[in-house]
Amino acid sequence: MIVLERRPQPSRNWALATPLVAVLATMVFGGLLFAVLGKNPVEAIRTIFWDPLFGEFAFYYRPQLLVKGAPLVLIAIGLSLGFKAGVWNIGAEGQYIMGALAGAGVGLAFYPLDAWYVFPLMVIGGALGGWAWAMIPAILKVRFGTNEILVSLMLVYVAEQLLASMSLGLMRNPEGHGFPGSRNLNDYAAATSWINQNAGLHWGVAAALIAVIFAYVLLNRHMLGFHIRLTGEAPRAARFAGVNPARLILFCLGISGALAGLAGLFEVAGPAGQVSIDFNIGYGFTAIIVAFLGRLHPLGILLAGGLMALTYIGGEIAQSQLGLPAAAIQVFQGMLLFFLLALDLLTHFRIRLRKREVA
Amino acid sequence: MKLTALFASAAMVLGLATGAVAQDKTKIGFVYVGPVGDGGWTYEHDQARQAVVAEFGDKVETVFVESVPEGPDSERVMTQMALNGADLIFTTSFGYMDSTINVAKKFPNVKFEHATGYKTAPNVSVYSARFYEGRAVQGHIAGRMTKSNIVGYIGSYPIPEVIRGINSAYIHAKKVNPDVQFKIVWAYTWFDPAKEADAAKVLIEQGADVILQHTDSTAPQAAAKAAGNVITFGQASDMSEYAPSPRVSSIIDNWAPYYIARTQAVMDGTWESVNTWDGIGAGMVGIGEISDAVPAEIKAEALALKDSIAAGDYHPFTGPIRKQDGSAWLAEGEVADDGTLAGMNFYVEGIEGDIPN
Repeated sequence: MIVLERRPQPSRNWALATPLVAVLATMVFGGLLFAVLGKNPVEAIRTIFWDPLFGEFAFYYRPQLLVKGAPLVLIAIGLSLGFKAGVWNIGAEGQYIMGALAGAGVGLAFYPLDAWYVFPLMVIGGALGGWAWAMIPAILKVRFGTNEILVSLMLVYVAEQLLASMSLGLMRNPEGHGFPGSRNLNDYAAATSWINQNAGLHWGVAAALIAVIFAYVLLNRHMLGFHIRLTGEAPRAARFAGVNPARLILFCLGISGALAGLAGLFEVAGPAGQVSIDFNIGYGFTAIIVAFLGRLHPLGILLAGGLMALTYIGGEIAQSQLGLPAAAIQVFQGMLLFFLLALDLLTHFRIRLRKREVA
Repeated sequence: MKLTALFASAAMVLGLATGAVAQDKTKIGFVYVGPVGDGGWTYEHDQARQAVVAEFGDKVETVFVESVPEGPDSERVMTQMALNGADLIFTTSFGYMDSTINVAKKFPNVKFEHATGYKTAPNVSVYSARFYEGRAVQGHIAGRMTKSNIVGYIGSYPIPEVIRGINSAYIHAKKVNPDVQFKIVWAYTWFDPAKEADAAKVLIEQGADVILQHTDSTAPQAAAKAAGNVITFGQASDMSEYAPSPRVSSIIDNWAPYYIARTQAVMDGTWESVNTWDGIGAGMVGIGEISDAVPAEIKAEALALKDSIAAGDYHPFTGPIRKQDGSAWLAEGEVADDGTLAGMNFYVEGIEGDIPN
C-alpha cells in the first residue's frame, strides 16, 4: 500500500527537481496526446522545444523569445513577492492594461513632439497606472478587509472595458478612417520602446532583467525581503518580529501593480505599437503560472518565462507546420502547470510503500 | 546525451524530408483570429481554404494557425509562414492590418491578402465583402416579420463595417414597416458565446422578436430558441442547425471563389495588388435559404430584393436618406459612394441612440 508521509522539512532536492520532472512528464504525456491526434510525437516535441532555439530559422525565433518572455518575467517577478507573503494579486492583467493606457496616453498627448523626455515620462506613467489600479484592492483590503483575489480579478474586466472605450474614443487614431485603435507608437520615434527590433531588444527586456536582479537582492539581502518571506511562512512569527501587515500588503500589491503596468507600457510602445481593443492577450494570467513554475524564485522565474515563451512560439510553429490544433497546444501548456503542482507533493511528502496490515 | 542526439538526427531527417516535398507546390498560409470551429467567421475562411485544397489538390499545400491574437503574435505567425516558404498568405482579421504590412515589407516575394483592411502595398491586397447587401435583405424580412415592432441588433464593435450593416438593415426594415424600432447592444467582441447570449436575452426582455447579430457564435440563436417566438439570422455561416426557426435565413461569407482565383493568379504569375469589395452579385455574400417560418409572400419579396441587388439594379444605399441628426446625406435617387461607405461613422435618420466612443 502506498502512503504519503509528511517530511519534517520540505525537500530541497525535490523543490529543485520538480520543475524539471514536470517538464519531462509534460513532454511524455504531451507526446502521447499528439500521437493520439495522429501526429509524430517526436517531431511535435522537437518542433515545440527545439526548432525555436536551434532550428533553421532560429535567428528569427530567438529574439522573439525575448519579446514574448519579457512581459511574463516582469509581471511574474512582481507577483512572486506578493505570493511569497500570501498576498494574492490575481489582477495583473488589469494592471497591465492600465499601465499601457496611462503610458500610451502620455505618449499620445505629446505627439508629435520629438523630445528625449517623452519616453521616460511614459515609463513613469505606465508604472503609476499599474500601481494605482493595484492600490484599489490593496486599500480595500487594508481598510475594510476585502478579499484581494476577488477585487483584483474583477478589476481586470473593468480595465478591459476602459481599454475598449479608449480604443474607440479618446485615444482613437484621428487618421484611422474611423476604425478603432490608437496611432502606432512605432511610427513615433520619441515614444517607442524598441532598442533594436531585429534583436528583439526593447526596454521591457532590460527592465525584466533588472527586476530579476532587484528581486533577488531584495529577498536575500534586505530586511523587507525577510519580512515578506517570514509573513508567508509564519504569519504569527512575523507579527512578533514587528512586521506591519498593512504596509506589507500595500507594498506587495503596489510593486506587482507597478511592474505589470510597466510591462503593459513597454508592450504597447514596442511590440504591440498601439492601444487597441484586443491589446491584452493574457500575459497577466500566464505570469501567475510563470511565477509558480519558477518556484517564486527570481532566477527560476527568468527560466520559467523563457520556457513559457518557448512553448508559445514552438506551439505556433507546430500548428502551422504539423497542423496541430490550437487547443492541443493549450492543453500541452496546461499539462505543464498541472504536473508542476501535482509533483509539488513530493517536496512536502515522502512516498512510502507499506505492507497491507491485517485489520 | 543520447536523447539530444536522437532529436538532432530526427530533426535532420524530417528537415530534409519536408524540404524536398515543398519544392513544386504552391504553399498558402492562413492566419485565423478565432478557432476553426467557431461556426462563423473563421469557420467560413477555413471552408474556403478546404475549397482551395479541393480545387488544386496536390499542387497546393495549405497551412493555418488558429486563434492568433492581433498584434505582435500575428506578426510572428506570418513571419514564420513566410520563412517556411509560403507563397501566399491570407490574414483574415482587420486587426492584422499593420502586422501584415510590416511582414510584407520584409518578404517582397511573398504575396499577402488582408481581409477587411484598407492598407495596401505592392505585395499586399485587401479584400472584403459587401455584407450590407445581405443586411438589406435581412432588414426587409425583419421589418415584415416583427409583431412587437422591436428589432434587436447585437453589434460587435462600433466600426464602419458594423455601422453600415445596422444602417442597411434599418433602412430596409423601415421601408416595409414605418413603426419599426431598432434596439442595439454592443458586445465588444467578435466571438464570445456567453456575452452574445446575454446580449440576446437583454434584447428579448426588451420586447425584441427579431434578433440580428454581427457576432460570430450561435449563442444568440440558442437564446432565441429558448425564448420562443423570436426569429434570428445566421451570421457569417449558415447556422442551419437552428433552421427553420428561430434561424429564418442567413448571411454567408463565401470566400472560396476569391481564394481559388488568387491562388490561381499566384500559380500563373499574374498576381497583383488589388482592392476587392464584392457582394451578392459576385457570390462573395450568400443569402442562406429562407426557411418556411417566413410566409411565401415575404420570402418572394426578399428574394426579389436580393436579385435586384445581385443584378446591380438596386443599391441598398439609395437616396433620399438623411443622417441621424436630420442633415441631408443622399438626395433622391443618389447612390452612396464607396469612400463614404468604407468609413461610415454615422447612423441614418430614425435610429435611436448614439454610436459609442
